[in-house]
Amino acid sequence: MKFITIDKKNWAKGIEKSRETYRLFGPVKDKNGFFIRDLEKDMLPDMTCNDSVMSVKSVLFPQTEKILFASLNEAKEDHHIMKRVPFDPKQRAVVGIKPYDAKAVELVKMNFDTDDYRDPYWCDAYEATTFVGVGINKPGPFDFSTSTGTGPFSETGLDVLMADLDDAYLAKILTDKGDAFMKSCGFDKVADEKESLALFDILRKEAEKNISSHIDSSKLKDKTVLELHEAPFWDDIAFSCINCGTCTFVCPTCWCFDIQDEAKQKYASRFRNWDTCMSPLFTKHATGHNPRDSKTQRVRQRFMHKLKYFIDKYDQGIMCVGCGRCVKSCPVNIDIREVCKIMNSYVKSN
Amino acid sequence: MDTCIQKIREIAFQLLDKKEVERVIGFSNGTIPMATSPITIASKQDTEKLVFNSTCGLNLANYIRQQKGKIAVIAKGCDTRNIVTHIIENQVKRDQIYIIGVPCKGMINKSKIKALFEDEIIKFDEDGEILNVESSSKKEKLNKKDYLRHNCSLCQHRNPVIYDVLAGERVEEQIIDVPYPDVEKIAAMDADTRWGHFQDLTKNCIRCYACRNACPLCYCPTCFVDESGPQWVGKGQDKTDVNTFHFLRAFHCAGRCTDCGACVEACPMEINVRDFTRKLNKDSLDMFGWEAGLDLTKRPPLDAYSPDDPNHFIK
Amino acid sequence: MENPYLPYPVRIDNIEIATEDKSLKTFKFVFINPEDEKKFSYHAGQFAELSIPGIGEIPIGIASSPVEKGFVKFTVFRTGVVTSHLHNMKVGDIMGIRGPLGNWYPWDKLENKNVVIIGGGFAFTTLRSSIIYMLDPANRKKFKNIDVVYGARSPGMLLYREELYEWEKRDDINMHITVDGTNDTSWKYHKGFVPQIVEQNAPKADENTYAIICGPPIMIKFTQPALVALGYKEHQIIMSLENRMKCGIGMCGRCNIGKELVCKDGPVFTLEQLNKTPKEY
Repeated sequence: MKFITIDKKNWAKGIEKSRETYRLFGPVKDKNGFFIRDLEKDMLPDMTCNDSVMSVKSVLFPQTEKILFASLNEAKEDHHIMKRVPFDPKQRAVVGIKPYDAKAVELVKMNFDTDDYRDPYWCDAYEATTFVGVGINKPGPFDFSTSTGTGPFSETGLDVLMADLDDAYLAKILTDKGDAFMKSCGFDKVADEKESLALFDILRKEAEKNISSHIDSSKLKDKTVLELHEAPFWDDIAFSCINCGTCTFVCPTCWCFDIQDEAKQKYASRFRNWDTCMSPLFTKHATGHNPRDSKTQRVRQRFMHKLKYFIDKYDQGIMCVGCGRCVKSCPVNIDIREVCKIMNSYVKSN
Repeated sequence: MDTCIQKIREIAFQLLDKKEVERVIGFSNGTIPMATSPITIASKQDTEKLVFNSTCGLNLANYIRQQKGKIAVIAKGCDTRNIVTHIIENQVKRDQIYIIGVPCKGMINKSKIKALFEDEIIKFDEDGEILNVESSSKKEKLNKKDYLRHNCSLCQHRNPVIYDVLAGERVEEQIIDVPYPDVEKIAAMDADTRWGHFQDLTKNCIRCYACRNACPLCYCPTCFVDESGPQWVGKGQDKTDVNTFHFLRAFHCAGRCTDCGACVEACPMEINVRDFTRKLNKDSLDMFGWEAGLDLTKRPPLDAYSPDDPNHFIK
Repeated sequence: MENPYLPYPVRIDNIEIATEDKSLKTFKFVFINPEDEKKFSYHAGQFAELSIPGIGEIPIGIASSPVEKGFVKFTVFRTGVVTSHLHNMKVGDIMGIRGPLGNWYPWDKLENKNVVIIGGGFAFTTLRSSIIYMLDPANRKKFKNIDVVYGARSPGMLLYREELYEWEKRDDINMHITVDGTNDTSWKYHKGFVPQIVEQNAPKADENTYAIICGPPIMIKFTQPALVALGYKEHQIIMSLENRMKCGIGMCGRCNIGKELVCKDGPVFTLEQLNKTPKEY
């Protein structure tokens, strides 16, 4: 295992140097918090970011992405024949993301990269991206990531995991991609492996100790879908919901999307946009029939997907990484931790 | 506020005990600091769950449509004005709603308080006019009046305008000499600066529609942004489409908005969408002498014609 | 692997009005690149996304049969934005087709079995595909008795009328054509709703008999008890579902019933499978 020490004095220069090879993404402070954005010239990832309002998912899966286009001009040979928007093959690196977001990318991958189909937009972006994470020394009060198979120093999905040591970063190189990125920055001061491992271990334990929020999802797997689906608690959970899609948009694991066409003069574009199961339109048939017409049905869908269907389909735990974003952003304080507790402890009475 | 909570619970208990209403809609404590959550209660034992404090920034008038039977609702001044609007617009019947009015001294601006801390707030409570706020790294004692939401600091209808019972003593109304300083400031900008202001305002919008969905006025069965035949607005993040949503929604609320602030309260991006609606509120006041939701007998100005209506814009 | 969002370009080769009220039209498409036809190799019961650049896409069951070569056929009800646009298109127009998508009727399992096909209204498209497939000389011997119950509001609302009447004359398929009602005195087939015709005419179930149902929810709702009365077990009742879809490849998330995605894990399910999932269709 290779470790590299990066003096923070050299950080900016190194990151700047990596631009020769990489298009950079990272946390940027904006009005109401941090966002993961395309870092334009002279912008550095803001490493003071403890948590971003929006997750890293938009790097691979932008909220609006043009996927196909066609000319509608009948004078042209290829009119009405759709083509893929060319993919920018330049390597990308996301610098300063949190371990739970990298775990989320791995969960989302299960949807976009399957045995039957490969989503070329997501997968091409994924393959071109290097994930440079930074451990969370002081997890916030809404971080329950240790209950979801990740944690403040989890390595899942990362190419590099860095630890912030005040005046330096200690970087653990996890993959060849990570190694290549560090080289492109010119960061090559190798640190002692044994010491570094021990240091990471201390930091991880300390950080995990600071996590105050936990959930128990252990019993969900053995319940039947219908038992949970028909449980009596959904109306109460859903009452306050206003069916905005905030929870789904801020969620790093929510992947649902809509496909929309637009035409401007003689040019057609096909886009995909994030969609949300909170919207009645999500499932409304052209006939007007809607299988999830009530807000209770829609709220139930969201939690059943995350906490039951996903478990049943992949057997890889729940579709939640414990980042706490939905808990903080929900305008009516519907808290997935509480819903999980209700579902997990539910026993059908006869 | 404590006495008001007791009063709310007693009233709710009595109403449910005597079966005068089927359910009571109010607020319950949230799971995180500075949060409360709308709740519906059908059993008198559950009335202990009801709370009221300066974090109850949503508008419960948004929860009373399409309810079966008679229901009671806890309502601040602005909420009652939206109930009036609902009654005028035939969304609810007066005799279907039992209004537990709460005189209100304003709700707090949560973003402003959060901005005082670098880390997350882990504890919040209020002691009269004092707010005690705590994160892992520091504690703050704040005067509530310095951290009121902008709409609350300019509110002139803190007392419920319509109610069946009051859950507290009436509070003194604020005298506001300049009710729309923010609108005047924007109006004074030159066109480019003003456009820039609005562009910057909506730039982080994710089109979750929390503003619309938290708004008691936005009850259209199909909102124009969701209509597909014909499609009025693109569904992506194109700036024109994002702005079209905000502009048109504001116009749709003209003469009906009570400036309750639920839209801003709900916005996960902390966009002050009131910059749009308040301009139209000011116009309603300037042109028609109108403030929404004060009178059960009058229809909103854009919903009624009068020969005295201003017509200077017709050239 | 190819881009599953990229439609194959096709040209509209023929448009036929399918029902007397003109609400349904049958579109025959030919592939602009002949090699795409091979890639679009499908089974009866699958669907495809009809893709009109600048307008949108709609999932539609494939009405042509794998044994028919040189074209693909879809019968489309005019209802939303895309279908309305499609109804106004002309022969020769270029558009796209994405697919084939979804699973299909379990042809392997149905070998050496009696097959009862039950359809109502417009939901006869993939059933037509199936009948043509089964009646193909190369395939007919793979199946035992074939019964078809198909009904519509009136004679003019039956899809593929000419073919129905031809099948009626054959002795290797038992047709039970019905209409809700008609004033046509020359009407020589059944009158009555599909569930009732099923009850009266469909064969009783033994373990070698399977029913495939496709139709409006109300028909399905009343046909189920009729089949149960005839002894069909949950696993012998095969249904094809419709839900709102976008991607058609199991990724966009909207068409799920429980963990199953109607577009990819379906649209064909047995009643046994459906009874274990939420009824969100």
